[in-house]
Amino acid sequence: MSDRKTLQVQRISGHPGPVAGAGMQREEQVCKLIDTTTCIGCKACEVACVEWNDMPFQPTMFDNTYQTMPDTHWNYWNLIKFNEVTNEDGTFQWLMRKHQCMHCADPGCLAACPADGAIVQYRNGIVDFQEENCIGCQFCVSGCPFNVPKFSPTTKKVYKCTLCSDRVGQGLEPACIKACPTGCLHFGTKSDMLMLAEKRVKQLQTVSGFKEAGTYDPQTIGGTSVVYVLHDASNPEKYGGLPKNPRIPLSFTIWKNWFKPIGLIASMMAFAGVILHYVTEGPRRPQPQPPVKEVDGGEGKKEN
Amino acid sequence: MATSSQRFDRSTNHFINRIGLTVVYVGELLRHRAYTRFLHWAYGIFFFLALLSGFGIYMPWIFRWFTPLFGGGAMTRMLHPWFGLGFVFFFGLQAFNWAAAMKWGQGDTRWMKRLRDYVTNRDTIEPPDVGFFNGGQKLMFWEIVGGSIAYVITGVIMWFPEIFGRIAVAISYVIHDISALIMLAGIFIHIYLSTIGEPGTMQAMTRGTVSEAWAWTHHPAWYKQVTGRDPAEALAEARRTQARSSGDQSNQ
Repeated sequence: MSDRKTLQVQRISGHPGPVAGAGMQREEQVCKLIDTTTCIGCKACEVACVEWNDMPFQPTMFDNTYQTMPDTHWNYWNLIKFNEVTNEDGTFQWLMRKHQCMHCADPGCLAACPADGAIVQYRNGIVDFQEENCIGCQFCVSGCPFNVPKFSPTTKKVYKCTLCSDRVGQGLEPACIKACPTGCLHFGTKSDMLMLAEKRVKQLQTVSGFKEAGTYDPQTIGGTSVVYVLHDASNPEKYGGLPKNPRIPLSFTIWKNWFKPIGLIASMMAFAGVILHYVTEGPRRPQPQPPVKEVDGGEGKKEN
Repeated sequence: MATSSQRFDRSTNHFINRIGLTVVYVGELLRHRAYTRFLHWAYGIFFFLALLSGFGIYMPWIFRWFTPLFGGGAMTRMLHPWFGLGFVFFFGLQAFNWAAAMKWGQGDTRWMKRLRDYVTNRDTIEPPDVGFFNGGQKLMFWEIVGGSIAYVITGVIMWFPEIFGRIAVAISYVIHDISALIMLAGIFIHIYLSTIGEPGTMQAMTRGTVSEAWAWTHHPAWYKQVTGRDPAEALAEARRTQARSSGDQSNQ
């Protein structure tokens, strides 16, 4: 497999015209499956991510949990969130969730991005930032429902998980998948991963007694290329910032796609209007105007 | 008796209005002093810098050719807030300079009601209650004041999104755009009326003076205030002089 095949572009931010190519592959969509029920919080995926992407090790920040730091960072893309949750029935759960970019089918970051080619979505579902085209406006931060893109004040660019597009393009699994010791992380085609998730959910519901167990693949943003199995899919919020119905702000969808062009045309009507005024009504000169010279065959004068 | 023109001068004789030189020739009236003209062109330049850099970001798939003017997308994004601040700073000074002259009055409401007559050039000269600025100019001025306040608030939110959060940015973005679209429409009308739409207007912002004929045509009440003469009478007299001189020419 070469990346020419696996990383065909599907969408480009701020770009005029269509993008090339379709139908080259039988199973285009790739997916990462995260089974939160078998995560032990070992952070091997965090280390693998930092190592593969050659990012400096971060100073950890103790916040009364086992979490490495409160949130992901512009050069720390993968973070296990440790959530201590007391349920309504008094039971206690220690929930660990690997947090990173969700690679949405309808990416809010891409919708918000005003820079041509700064964000691309590949046909296989990976949403990737092209930092050389990034203008550093941080609209993607506003567009993302998962608070994923992180701004670097040093480089004035935004960074996030690439789903190891460089590895996937060469037919390899992402680094985090390779590092996981419990089999909590899986990687494959979207349909395979959904099938695996469904199987695990059924097992959790029937064998382990998690009646609310389910798959997290939010359809409000067209599904994601990172899918979770949760013990309690009815309340994903308790996994630390996993919105039940993630949404892109309307200003980056309806406003940007429809009202921006309409508004621009409406404004340009003023330009058309003044030209039309000059042609039909003509200028208004200081009075009295100099007398109009009579020319043979000329038209009559207008007094104003 | 202090003439109305002296009263006018005294009211505007602030030290800042003594900066620079404006030569007023016979047959002309002082319209804008050097300080006013300087401010106008200062925020005019910043307006266009902010407009071009802003529209390069507003709709890159049409206006991507604006961003290279400022050194590429990242540079454009970096400069745009500063262009905007430059505009707001100089316009803010102008707002204080003009606040009194821009006070809305009964005459301005009447002016707005007869906007159609203004657009269709129905009247030879403006109604006698049109002063230093007409209703349209005042409306545009106050729109820019309001728009500038909106620009600053929403612009700062978008400049420092980590402080204000993603929803505040998403809302600000729309308000910022609407303000820009209104001003884009306004700038066409402003440039048109000050150049080919109403000849003789441009020199008010370059040399600082206008002809008396321009004054009684477009701002009769202001003409009366500074000269003490009735604009209609002045026009009638100018017409008689013109008729005499053209009569002289035809006799030759």
